[in-house]
Amino acid sequence: MKTNFKQIKEKVIESILMLSSAATSITVILIVFFLFIEGAGVFTKKPIDKGFLLAVNESNPVGKLEPSQIKDIFDQKITNWKELGGKDEPIVLFRTGDITDYYTEEELGENFVNFPDKINELMAKTPGIIAFFSDKYVNKEFKGKEVDINKITVYKFLSGEEWFPTAEPVAQMGVKPLIYGTLWVSLGAILLALPIALAAAIYLSEIAKKRTRNLLKPLIELLAGIPSVVYGFFGLVVIVPLIQSLFGLPVGETALAGSVVLAIMALPTIITISEDAMRNTPRAMKEASLALGASHWQTIYKVVIPYSASGITAGAILGIGRAIGETMAVLMVTGNAAVIPHSFLAPIRTIPATIAAELGEAPNGGLHYEALFALGCILFIITFGINMLVELVTNRNSHKKH
Amino acid sequence: MKTSKLFLILPLIGMLSCGKAKTDDKGTEGSSAAVSVTIKGSDTVLPLAQKEAEELMKTNADVSVTVVGGGSGVGITAMIDGTTDIAMASRDLKTEEKMKFADKKVEIEEVIIAYDALTVIVNPANKVSKLTREQLEKIFTGQIKNWKEVGGDDAKIVAYSRESSSGTYEFFKDEVMDKKNYATDILNLPATGAIVQAVGQTKGAIGYIGLAYETKEVKQLAISYDQGKTFVEPSVASAKDKSYPISRPLFYMFNKVNAAKVKTIVDYALSAEGQKIVSEVGYIPLN
Repeated sequence: MKTNFKQIKEKVIESILMLSSAATSITVILIVFFLFIEGAGVFTKKPIDKGFLLAVNESNPVGKLEPSQIKDIFDQKITNWKELGGKDEPIVLFRTGDITDYYTEEELGENFVNFPDKINELMAKTPGIIAFFSDKYVNKEFKGKEVDINKITVYKFLSGEEWFPTAEPVAQMGVKPLIYGTLWVSLGAILLALPIALAAAIYLSEIAKKRTRNLLKPLIELLAGIPSVVYGFFGLVVIVPLIQSLFGLPVGETALAGSVVLAIMALPTIITISEDAMRNTPRAMKEASLALGASHWQTIYKVVIPYSASGITAGAILGIGRAIGETMAVLMVTGNAAVIPHSFLAPIRTIPATIAAELGEAPNGGLHYEALFALGCILFIITFGINMLVELVTNRNSHKKH
Repeated sequence: MKTSKLFLILPLIGMLSCGKAKTDDKGTEGSSAAVSVTIKGSDTVLPLAQKEAEELMKTNADVSVTVVGGGSGVGITAMIDGTTDIAMASRDLKTEEKMKFADKKVEIEEVIIAYDALTVIVNPANKVSKLTREQLEKIFTGQIKNWKEVGGDDAKIVAYSRESSSGTYEFFKDEVMDKKNYATDILNLPATGAIVQAVGQTKGAIGYIGLAYETKEVKQLAISYDQGKTFVEPSVASAKDKSYPISRPLFYMFNKVNAAKVKTIVDYALSAEGQKIVSEVGYIPLN
């Protein structure tokens, strides 16, 4: 009876354990699935608000425009159709709200009933016009010609160099500066963090006395527990002005500031993991080395470091992983200018910072919203690749051992 | 390891929050007061509306007010759909929106409850103390890159802006930049406080903030909207008499059919007490 009860108890515990692991896996898969479904939506839409159209005069030979050209037109950088392969005619911009510049409220009638006729009239009599308005006001005898806008392709999305997701009339979705920014900051962080972390790990595992070690280790681990927004604020108030005065820059919010903050944040991960790997070096190996007459330092770099190389690599890669996904601290110190970086001393904008700053405002299901999910997909692919790399490195290690 | 643990916790959090939401619903249903009003819209108006709602509910137990942000556009769309009673907005109705209301044959009442003004700020060490609208437009679209082009020292201009989610970002773009897009190398900061901090510590910096945020660490610029004939210093007084150009009214908008239902709230916003809260929150009262 008693054993029976015990068996049932064990069965229950087993099934609870199984259920929770199943739930975890399903959640992960669902989240990834959701991410990619939402992200894919950006490639099925034109980058113009739903229900709106761009139209030109019927006689205008220009019928197809790139999103970047449309932005330049509405920013008044392109002011003549000649520059777009059309006639020598100045471009006249028209947005729905501009109708009151051409017609009085009386002419438009009560509740704007005459709007479709008036816009038709305006389109016909202004050869250089480009108009942006709701397709509800296109009536049957519409005289204008709708401008064809290309859909966003995966290639354009990845190689585009301008990120203006809320620009009107046409959004600019180029994520190249964001990808570059993310990679630059993470690379800088790891270059700064790795030597310091390695030195600290060697000291803690091989050189420090037990008492020092017991004091230092919890301190370093405490670094991991500080909320990232605190790091961000620290960076903004301390590191940014420091970098500015040190390099004599006009602006201190730079990729370097982001790298320094991220390096501090990645330190505990790298130190803890590589220190554990070093301490796993078998005592027999170290003693053999010392018995052969090698000095303490020789033992460290000929025996301990090669033995724990894969552990150190895993720590470094996990540190990069943390840096790439970090949001709040980076948002506060890198300046968030979406330009392709040419130096560590220039402002950059990262993918996580972009998602965090913009998702709140992006209307659910719209193009901007989906573009942010597509950014999430890119980030996921990068970190997934990094985790695979860790897996690969640690597997290689276990093969070597046996 | 760490991530898998996190995912284990996620569904748990989900369940907990579901449970909480349900009890919340019950709470409001149970204590359903005589009038229950939803206010939705501009994040600029949000702190003001929130404070006024709290004060009003303290003194008047018959009113229950829910305030939700999301942006002026969101609030107005919600009013078109009939899912909110009052829309708060930091701008007037656009022609497009007027057309939508006309389509649905809905009459809208707009009430101005306060004013808000933007000030352009620079580092205190900067010699420049006034700019025209055209110069500001060129600075933020990237055509003017050095302070000596506008009468300052030979130093690079570092322009700071809010993130695109901010109503202030849109307002500055529409009002000052003639609807042109910001240059790509403008620095975006997530909060007004961060802009004040950055401009205070960066020599060549320029940025814009709400009038309520002015501090001693930054210098405010006088602005001209008539090609440099008259420059106006930003202040509560100049914003009130409308001589300062970069200011905007803050609105409560509601469907005329609902006028009786929302009367208490609108009246409170316009009352002496309501206007006192306006000053406390940092906006400009009506009179």
